[in-house]
Amino acid sequence: MSALLEVEELQVMFGGRTAAVRGVSFRVEKGETHCLVGESGCGKSVTALAVMNLLARGGQRSAKRMSFAGTDLTSLSDREMARLRGNRMAMIFQEPMTSLNPAFTIGSQMAEVLTRHKGASRAAALDRAAELMGRVGITAPGMRLGQFPHQLSGGLRQRVMIAMALMCDPELLIADEPTTALDVTVQAQILRLLASLKREFGLSILLITHDLGIVARVADHVSVMYAGEVVERAPTAELFRAPQHPYTRGLLSCVPVPGRAQRDKPLGSIPGIVPTIGPDFTGCAFRSRCAHANETCAREIPRRPAGEAHDYLCRLEPDWAELQPA
Amino acid sequence: MTAAIEVENLRCEFRVRTGLMSAEKRVIAVDDVTFSVPAGSVLGVVGESGCGKSTLARLILGLLKPTAGTVLVDGKRLFDLDRKARARLIQPVFQDPFASLNPRRRIRDIVALPLEAQGTFTRGEIARRVGGILERVGLSAAMGERMPAQLSGGQRQRAAIARALVLEPRIVICDEPTSALDVSVQAQILNLLADLRRDLGLTYLFISHNLAVVEHVASEVAVMYLGRIVERNETDALFRTPRHPYTKALLESVLTPEPGRGVPDIGLGDAMPDPSNIPPGCRFNPRCRIAVERCRHEAPAHMVRPPQGMVECHLA
Amino acid sequence: MSAPIAIQAPQTSRIGTAGFAIGIAIVAIVLAAALIGNWLVPQDPFTQDLGNRLKPPFWMEGSEAGHLLGTDQLGRDYLARLVYGARISLLIGIMTVITSGLIGITLGVLGGFFGGRVDDFVLFAITTRLSIPVVLVALAVVGLMGSGLGLVVATLGLLLWDRFAVVARATTMQVRNHDYVSAAWCAGASMPHILIKEILPNIASHLAVVATLEMALAILLEAALSFLGLGVPPPLPSWGLMIAEGKDYMFFSPWVIMIPGVALAVLVLGINLVGDGLRNLLGAERLR
Repeated sequence: MSALLEVEELQVMFGGRTAAVRGVSFRVEKGETHCLVGESGCGKSVTALAVMNLLARGGQRSAKRMSFAGTDLTSLSDREMARLRGNRMAMIFQEPMTSLNPAFTIGSQMAEVLTRHKGASRAAALDRAAELMGRVGITAPGMRLGQFPHQLSGGLRQRVMIAMALMCDPELLIADEPTTALDVTVQAQILRLLASLKREFGLSILLITHDLGIVARVADHVSVMYAGEVVERAPTAELFRAPQHPYTRGLLSCVPVPGRAQRDKPLGSIPGIVPTIGPDFTGCAFRSRCAHANETCAREIPRRPAGEAHDYLCRLEPDWAELQPA
Repeated sequence: MTAAIEVENLRCEFRVRTGLMSAEKRVIAVDDVTFSVPAGSVLGVVGESGCGKSTLARLILGLLKPTAGTVLVDGKRLFDLDRKARARLIQPVFQDPFASLNPRRRIRDIVALPLEAQGTFTRGEIARRVGGILERVGLSAAMGERMPAQLSGGQRQRAAIARALVLEPRIVICDEPTSALDVSVQAQILNLLADLRRDLGLTYLFISHNLAVVEHVASEVAVMYLGRIVERNETDALFRTPRHPYTKALLESVLTPEPGRGVPDIGLGDAMPDPSNIPPGCRFNPRCRIAVERCRHEAPAHMVRPPQGMVECHLA
Repeated sequence: MSAPIAIQAPQTSRIGTAGFAIGIAIVAIVLAAALIGNWLVPQDPFTQDLGNRLKPPFWMEGSEAGHLLGTDQLGRDYLARLVYGARISLLIGIMTVITSGLIGITLGVLGGFFGGRVDDFVLFAITTRLSIPVVLVALAVVGLMGSGLGLVVATLGLLLWDRFAVVARATTMQVRNHDYVSAAWCAGASMPHILIKEILPNIASHLAVVATLEMALAILLEAALSFLGLGVPPPLPSWGLMIAEGKDYMFFSPWVIMIPGVALAVLVLGINLVGDGLRNLLGAERLR
């Protein structure tokens, strides 16, 4: 069964020197939410931009396979890719403040998507824009069409972004940290909205985030990224039940959970910082911060299976217990 | 236990003109805030955008002039002191490690600034103290010679903490100190802050929008909404039995890493809190799930709940 | 758009960096000429030789050895005068920029940092200054008080500070909100420290761009004043003055007016290229 979005061995290099993404593979099935989770610098945003072919000048991508609904994305010309973007694949970004053009009304920006891709008339496009704004929970959509972005709050702007992304009824929505800049109560509303749209429109979502709470509540499958690689992938419940990679385990121990606070004990943490990866790097990128690293970690690392649709990139055997530090 | 810091009826009003032709609006950023923090403990202040917690921090730090109210530190009126005396008592750690260090100065100069500003330390003493505090926060002497751009986010925040502690103040105001950091680094910094507090006998005012972090760090929590403290209680009590509907909504919004539980429906509606347009009656009533008629006309009184804590709600 | 959108800042194009290099080269050459030119060129710029008037430069026939760029209407060596003129132009440019910079930056930083009444005053001063026609006032002052190098510098310096003030004010208002300024305040740092050590270094790069542009403007203005006879007094070989003297011989000895004219244009172009290049560098740096 082929997935909606299949990415295999994606590599992204900047300026020929910095390897931002090193062999990332994942699949987004139809109707599911797939999360790319990781901290800053892990390459998750770059991965999304590479899929949409929106990399900055100086970024080169290559992949063994990158296909959307059967179409090979790497072989498309810029014009063909532009026909897909906003139409069948849509993307929303982190900063609602800067995602909308402040010089144009909301209505005209939203209508432009439909008139451009489907050749609809402006009136029809505005009707659909109002309809979608109502669907995403924006009150008085008719009035909003004439408003400018600065007149709306951050949460409303993000809803407008989502509505705009849905104008052409896309099959895939890529959301890059869509709630990071929002208040926590608004975040819950936006995530519920995305879940209900998924059900209603049959939307598949590739969600990029650093927040493990969001991942747990929203994702069907998870790929954990570190320093440009996917270090572990699993279905959500499985990942939280039995994380295998030392980074995943470390990350989970760092997150304070309300109701389980132990104020006298220090929070779990991962010592050190993310290394910069040059093009000749070999071995495990996490070894400088891992308590269980030894000499073999500088060589090729095996990708080990650990259960149903669950694998991870480490020399340690599955279900390893706390070993003596090497 | 003596209070290290007492805030009494602090109020901060702005007058804002949104356009040349429009009338002036009154924005009440902080409205009659009163609390005290015992020495050596941590008060967490939580709330969302527009609640006034950052304004509160800036008022206490002396970056803003209050419209009314006073702050006492160890019994002394803070606003009567000059800046140098205030600097010895109270210091900040800000949110953005990229913006809180002068990009054109070396780390050791940045950390030395509070000492230099006092004018009473010799160069040898300054060098010694700077070296000591850098080591204490986990930065090497070599890092002291670098510029901020050469350090990572976590290292920069450590430098900011070093700067805050080099004068050995009584109180540290932490304004979202880990919100801009990665999760793994956040944990390092929180652990560092906890160690330093214990070792140096500090008192913290810890401002954050992240409830899970606050629960881990604070002994008491105050919840702010549109400029007022709407609930305050000991941390465990607040998290176990929240009284104010807003506190309950906030707690429900926290997405714990527990799969399968989905995203809760908070039911707060679409109205966003706007400090220039505070609703009559209880300021939370447009978004409150359990609001009754009384809530729309009558502001709730400040109710103290023994053995500890307070809440401002008609229905609590 | 069918091309991939550059999400991050575009890197400076090749042409941009070439311009910057050319600009620096030009300014460096003029600077070298100003500093050591008159040691290298054996002739004296002031010695008159009425028997050798209006000799053409070396690329035209009838030129004389020993006068590479010919001679002017009083027989003075043109190369020597040109090189000396570079010194005058640069001196005026730099002195004016220092004067106007001091005035403008002080006003801008104080207004931008303190806001309120101080800012109101600064804005009033800037608006007043902008409503004054610079050239007319300069003419009037020099006309009334006589010409001279110092007077030209003082007049231009007191009139050309507005762009400094505006840029200093705007950048100070941005920088003032950064947390490191708040932290310095909370650390008890004195006002002079905050303004000089925290604010100024972080707006300096923007001001450097303004300085290059104001320098070019000052040089042009001085040339204009000298052309009108109201700037540097003869026999000092200000390029403007040389152009003025050369206009009488424009048709038969065109090099007399062409050489200083081209030199002036090239210098101003070079300074502007440097300013542009600085601004590009700044943009790339800020967005990193």
